[in-house]
Amino acid sequence: MSIDWNAFTPWSALAGGVIIGIAAAMFALLNGRIAGISGVIGGLLKPAPGDVAWRAAFVAGLLGAPLLYALFAILPKPQIAASEGALVLAGLLVGIGTRYGSGCTSGHGVCGLSRLSPRSLVATAVFMIAGFVTVYVARHVFGM
Amino acid sequence: MLLIASLLAGLVFGLGLIVSGMANPAKVLGFLDLAGAWDPSLALVMAGAIAVGLVAFLAARNRTVSLLGAAMKLPTARHIDRRLVLGSLLFGIGWGIAGFCPGPGLVALGMGEAKAVVFIAAMLVGMAVFELVERRKPPGIVRTAGGSR
Repeated sequence: MSIDWNAFTPWSALAGGVIIGIAAAMFALLNGRIAGISGVIGGLLKPAPGDVAWRAAFVAGLLGAPLLYALFAILPKPQIAASEGALVLAGLLVGIGTRYGSGCTSGHGVCGLSRLSPRSLVATAVFMIAGFVTVYVARHVFGM
Repeated sequence: MLLIASLLAGLVFGLGLIVSGMANPAKVLGFLDLAGAWDPSLALVMAGAIAVGLVAFLAARNRTVSLLGAAMKLPTARHIDRRLVLGSLLFGIGWGIAGFCPGPGLVALGMGEAKAVVFIAAMLVGMAVFELVERRKPPGIVRTAGGSR
């Protein structure tokens, strides 16, 4: 393992993480809910009365964040190397997997670990290891 | 008031993803590529978020209503089962393929990235497949011996 010191951005990573933590804290303390993004979106696909608006508002916030950011600074452009076909496969797996596993990087990774939930610890370990292995196979076995 | 709080939480979450660099799949894949030139940034994002989260969830733990008077809906499930592990496994593979998880996918969609449209559309299809399969499954039916198909 060699650290890519040019790519490593410790301060913005830590600051961004703290901001994410504040968002999760707001959602837990003000709304009484877990800021688990796959769960928030997933609930929109089986709409129940009184259960739609808060989900839509949260998603609108996520979608609107780049617009707000762009008012104060130049928006960094995401680098998306995956092909359209790979994105379709990735999206399907992320959609099905997060629903069966009851969470993603936000719900299990950030909120679950903060709650010291054993379930989330297992989920986070599994999706992290699966991510490491997938990238290893794609980049170093198939040279993609 | 709850809706405004929800919108604000989403906005702040999205800003955190942009500031941290996690809305950029190349940076996420740089973290997942342990055998290559490794970018540890994502670990610090998690550390920063969890440091704040630990305090917040400790404060939330014993509340019966939120600060805005809403019912507390924090998870209570504790069992570790096959669904949790297999679901997380599939999610991790998908995450490793493109470097996108749901939050950053939505933020990149908000940036108007065409490829994020493809990812989010496929993700919604995946979630809809889950709903269809789950809905077709009758809850709690015990199969009797020699029963009907």
